[in-house]
Amino acid sequence: MSFSLDLVGPRAGIAPSNYRATAAWLDSGERRLGLALLLGLLALFPFVAGDYLVYLACVAAMTVVSVIGLNILTGYTGLLSIGHAAFNGIGAYSCAVATVKFGWPFWLAVPFGGLMAAFAGLIVGLPSLRIKGLYLAIATLAAQYLFLFAAQHWESVTGGDRGFQVAPASFFGIRLDSDMRLYWLIMPVTVLMCLAAHNLFRTRIGRSFIAVRERDYSAEVLGIDLLRTKLLAFAIASFYAGIAGALMAYFFKVVNPEQYTFTASIFQLTAIIVGGLGSVLGSILGALFMVAVPEILKAVVSALAGADAVKGAIMLASARELVFGLLIVGFLLFEPFGLAEIVRRARVSLQMWPFKT
Amino acid sequence: MGWACLEIDAAMSLLEIRDVSLAFGGVKALTGVSLAVEEGTVTSVIGPNGAGKTSLYNVISGFYRPQSGAVAFAGADITLVKANRRAALGMARTFQNIALFRGLTVLDNIKLGAHHYLKSGVLPAAWYIGSAAREEAQLRGKIERDIVDLLHLADFRDAPVSALSYGLQKRVELARALAMRPKLLMLDEPVAGMNREEKEDMARYILDVREEWGVTVLLIEHDMGMVMDLSDQIHVLNFGQKLSSGTPDQVRADPAVIEAYLGEG
Amino acid sequence: MNLFIEYSMVGIASGGMYALMALGFVLVFKGTGVFNFAQGELMMLGAYIFLSVNQLAGLHWSIALLATVLFALLTGVLIERTVLRALAGQPLLSIVMATVGLGLVLKGAAGLIWGQEQRTLPELVPRKPIFIGDILIPGAVFWSFVISMAVIAACLLYFRFTRGGVTMRAAASSQVNAYAVGINVPVISALTWGLAAAAGGFAGVLLAAINNLTPHLGDLALSVLAVLIVGGLDSLAGVIVGGLIIGWLQSMTGAYLGGQYREIMPFIVVLAVLLVRPHGLFGRKEIERI
Repeated sequence: MSFSLDLVGPRAGIAPSNYRATAAWLDSGERRLGLALLLGLLALFPFVAGDYLVYLACVAAMTVVSVIGLNILTGYTGLLSIGHAAFNGIGAYSCAVATVKFGWPFWLAVPFGGLMAAFAGLIVGLPSLRIKGLYLAIATLAAQYLFLFAAQHWESVTGGDRGFQVAPASFFGIRLDSDMRLYWLIMPVTVLMCLAAHNLFRTRIGRSFIAVRERDYSAEVLGIDLLRTKLLAFAIASFYAGIAGALMAYFFKVVNPEQYTFTASIFQLTAIIVGGLGSVLGSILGALFMVAVPEILKAVVSALAGADAVKGAIMLASARELVFGLLIVGFLLFEPFGLAEIVRRARVSLQMWPFKT
Repeated sequence: MGWACLEIDAAMSLLEIRDVSLAFGGVKALTGVSLAVEEGTVTSVIGPNGAGKTSLYNVISGFYRPQSGAVAFAGADITLVKANRRAALGMARTFQNIALFRGLTVLDNIKLGAHHYLKSGVLPAAWYIGSAAREEAQLRGKIERDIVDLLHLADFRDAPVSALSYGLQKRVELARALAMRPKLLMLDEPVAGMNREEKEDMARYILDVREEWGVTVLLIEHDMGMVMDLSDQIHVLNFGQKLSSGTPDQVRADPAVIEAYLGEG
Repeated sequence: MNLFIEYSMVGIASGGMYALMALGFVLVFKGTGVFNFAQGELMMLGAYIFLSVNQLAGLHWSIALLATVLFALLTGVLIERTVLRALAGQPLLSIVMATVGLGLVLKGAAGLIWGQEQRTLPELVPRKPIFIGDILIPGAVFWSFVISMAVIAACLLYFRFTRGGVTMRAAASSQVNAYAVGINVPVISALTWGLAAAAGGFAGVLLAAINNLTPHLGDLALSVLAVLIVGGLDSLAGVIVGGLIIGWLQSMTGAYLGGQYREIMPFIVVLAVLLVRPHGLFGRKEIERI
């Protein structure tokens, strides 16, 4: 009977704290330049990319937000959640209800979605007072199914299996009804949420999460309240999921239970494993990768299946499962620190060049 | 309510264990143990393996709740105070089998020691502005000045703990405990598994810390040479009971102690 | 009152199937400390192997069943040797996700090989209803109960009285001590996985013979989480009691609260038990040492 209680191995979650890290977060000129360059590219992107790429960029951005949330909970704090999509759902439904039934503007409805999800996260986190590890994971799984049940059967609010339509958000009279326009809502939110997560792990709060993951009794001696810390991790993770869900409600223009299933939770867990546990960069890379893979598959399968669209669709579903499964097992066995580690190694060897190859 | 009517001595000790008994199921770990740690001293707890030393530490840290007896710290009864609230009272400890956060750097481990007196909330932390940024900068400065230099950790500050040698890890754990700015520093076998040179360094650090910071030190250690050299006061445990107490010379001469260590005959 | 008894009997009888489905989970958890999220997919795989041997190759069902169990056993051993052994000592998240990934691989592969359409297995269990007094129990429910109990009883006897079983129990209770007395722990771990997979394959055939078969058959396995949590993840006896309790509860919820609550009841039970008694009714509580 020896399953390990600490969830993620050593090394994951090393904060990038070089000597200047105590100054403001835009500390070095190099970094400032890099960030400015990235922001410039993101701002130019919709003007040069086609509609479909903008669509994919939005999907990827929302996935990034949600996956960062999951990584905060599971990668950094070590609390395995198999029900993250339920919090996407709570954010989406809350935002949709606030928009459609209360007539709230998006700048109220989106944070409302995040806060409702965070509140639900607090409740789901409560059992962590007594249980941890696998048992807590099973509790989150049960919460996932409770959410789906509520979404399907609480029809007066959720519209049951069919869900309901969400009216587009509007900003100073501009209706955000196309992917191109929504990009300007989704992308800035994503950038801010990424920076916030990065900063969080340079302060006491982020450190306490990692401490709880690595050795809970040692954290207690340092004055860290385990329950409070775990609840905070649940709340922040669910807030991220809720914001992502609220954005999804506007983006897909409909909310229904099918979007927020167990499968969606596993999809996000795959993203943090592929990207790198306990790493914000890893969350971003993992989310991008997981959005890209099905697109590549789609091309491959349609080439294989030929003209038969129905057959292609059926094959695609199975092929996705097979490939996701292989990705999970493959990364766990051969690159347990994910894409983030590959990037780090590449960076190091670039710096060492030409002295070491 | 035995703990409520404890009498507090006028000349009180920093830590007082009063008649503490602890059992797991039928196994008695501690039976009626009483001892005091005077402020400013180095006090050691020794005894053969399984004598209950670490159990005693876990009672003092609040991991185990004794079935009877009380623990008083700085004049207040803390028997029922939760483990994570004892840091703010001024208690720090290290663990027998190093309990560092292996994935974090040396500096982040030490910073975690200061957790209990940092206050910044989630929002300032997320934007790294205002109180959060100021607090982190101040903390960094303080750690560099007071701890990194004292314990000669400057060369390793950005290394992940898992990459350090065993002896260095023990030193980092001491650094982390010091970052808690404790009144009482509880060390659990700080030199176990070290070579002679490392042992001497560690003994030096412990004495430095007491001199410069005025910290009271409670020590569990098997290395008798070190215990005899450093301690002002020694308590001997055997089979969960206190066998003897006194200065190093008194304990060394106590026939009961000799028998416990050398066996009958 | 009569109706209550009838629902109770049918519910308890249908709990037998749950117990059988839960058996594979418990074997692996008890033996190797791994919660195998791919257990449901091993069931699904077993059912497809049976289908292929029986219908496509046209062999007798008994041969097909034997082939299924053997194939599942090999699959289990293979999974342990290639994936789980490489991850030994890794954190919980890696191990849990590895089994989730394996489940996806099996499900995706089955979809590509056998397609998504519903298949029907031959009627292995008689459908003729059984009467106990004047209470009617559907034949499939009754016979699957009998078969399940027989399989679990065989397992219990194996662990209790045979050399192999005792060895497995020894390895499960302390790997270090097992090594010390000369037990080949890696072989035992592989065998445990094989045994669990075989139990899963068998359960899958039975389940698919009663319901239908698609690559999603394994999803049903998640509903036995409640059985495991009630009985304790590491208790064989708990599986029986947990299965019967959940079967009964599900029948009751279906009868008195309405059909849609049947599916959610197990998860509510899971949450309730986790909050009150996390290690289940029969499971072992773990004591943490500092």
